[in-house]
Amino acid sequence: MLEARNLAYRYGKQHSWLFNDLDLRITPGEIVGLSGPSGRGKSTLAKLLAGYLPPGRGSVMVDGRPLPESGHCPVQLLFQHPELAVNPRWKAGDILAEAGPPDAALLRDLGIEPSWLARYPHELSGGELQRICLVRALAPRTRYLLCDEMTSMLDALTQASIWRTVLDIARSRELGLLVISHDQALLGKLCHRTVCYFQSDHRSSACFPAAKPSFVRKAFPVRRDSPAARTDTWAPPPPPA
Amino acid sequence: MMTNFLVLDLRTRTMMVIFGCLLLFSGIFLGAWLYGEQGQTTNLPLRKLPPGWDRPFGTDWLGRDMFARTLKGLRISLEIGLAAATCSASIALVFGLAAATMGRLVDVVVTWLCDVGMATPHLVLLILISFACGGGAKGVIIAVAASHWPALTRVIRAEVMQLRTSDYIKLSRRLGRSSAWIARHHLLPHVAPQFLVGLLLLFPHAILHAAGLTFLGFGMSPHTPEIGTLLAESMRYLSTGMWWLAVAPGLTLVLSVMAFDVLGNNVRALLDPKTLRE
Repeated sequence: MLEARNLAYRYGKQHSWLFNDLDLRITPGEIVGLSGPSGRGKSTLAKLLAGYLPPGRGSVMVDGRPLPESGHCPVQLLFQHPELAVNPRWKAGDILAEAGPPDAALLRDLGIEPSWLARYPHELSGGELQRICLVRALAPRTRYLLCDEMTSMLDALTQASIWRTVLDIARSRELGLLVISHDQALLGKLCHRTVCYFQSDHRSSACFPAAKPSFVRKAFPVRRDSPAARTDTWAPPPPPA
Repeated sequence: MMTNFLVLDLRTRTMMVIFGCLLLFSGIFLGAWLYGEQGQTTNLPLRKLPPGWDRPFGTDWLGRDMFARTLKGLRISLEIGLAAATCSASIALVFGLAAATMGRLVDVVVTWLCDVGMATPHLVLLILISFACGGGAKGVIIAVAASHWPALTRVIRAEVMQLRTSDYIKLSRRLGRSSAWIARHHLLPHVAPQFLVGLLLLFPHAILHAAGLTFLGFGMSPHTPEIGTLLAESMRYLSTGMWWLAVAPGLTLVLSVMAFDVLGNNVRALLDPKTLRE
């Protein structure tokens, strides 16, 4: 289980806390959505969970133990901008090989052509590059995948096909998924449950299911049959005086 | 043949330009070696001859062949440029890496030194250091090496700092790669081309400053056939109409400096993946 306990973070001492006493649990095989307004720390939370940033307070645990300092981290993060997550001097094949030899079936499922592997990142489109990053993140030892606006730059068709593949893999490998997105329709469709931290102050009631417009609810009904189909609400403490 | 050249793709043309520049430089060394003592021996019956078929650069007031002297002068310039630019680029590499990786204090000190180096007028610094070191080839090399590292230091420092905070390096660590592996596979391929191109683009500066120092009398001894010496000597004879004494060595100096610039830019184009396949 991936677990955040009393997590808090701020960028430097002169800044205020982005979030405080935050708790989150993701069990293997569970798909959790995370939404919330821009600039409130969704991506920062993902970076804390994947070990890119040290927590200001609290801790991130995998199966009761802190994230490993070295070795392949079981929690992998997919960035919003794939072009920043790859070395511009490496060919796509080398980028994939950094996480070990890529799975041929996975490459096929994601529609990655063998000819792409000989290209440099600037010779691939954003969608093609994001799929390369996805394969890299789905190395065998990855157990939790955090997708930070993973498909927001893609067209609807590609988005759908990529998510279908990711969900299949998550199911077969019992991966825990955290999906960060502004697209509440997408979250409703994908996730067992959606959490929304980071509400603007004291308006915790404005959370996803209540705020969801009726047409979205009609098009993408929340799966009530799933045991995890519930919504955690969380209100930030009042700012220190 | 001409149409053939135009049909070639940019990559091949870049390679040919680089090859041509290297050929030019090896030609200078070979020519200077083949001429042997000829540039130093006086030949009074043949003095003050304008350029002609036998002597493309003419002869000076002692009958010495100016073509031989120019080649020798260029060879000395290239040697000094090579030594000074290599020293300077090595200093820049060490300082740049130290500033980017060894903490705030080192960074502040190196950045301050860079600012001081860049704020001081180059020529004043060059004359000062060369004079303090006793002049000669040693003085010129030390002066040029000690005054040309700040710009490249800044480039390398910025490059390494940017790399260290980039997402893909952090990601590499989360994929279980060690610091040594990251330095070898991520940092080195970025810094090495910067270093090489920086080194090549330091050459023109080093050569021009070495010639300038000698011209002003703070560099090589007057009997060394260095380009600066040739130009300084020619000044006395310009008013008597011996224009070729200044024009020929000056022109070859400018051409070889430009050749280094072209070489540096073409090597950069070849090493950058964005332009690699054009």
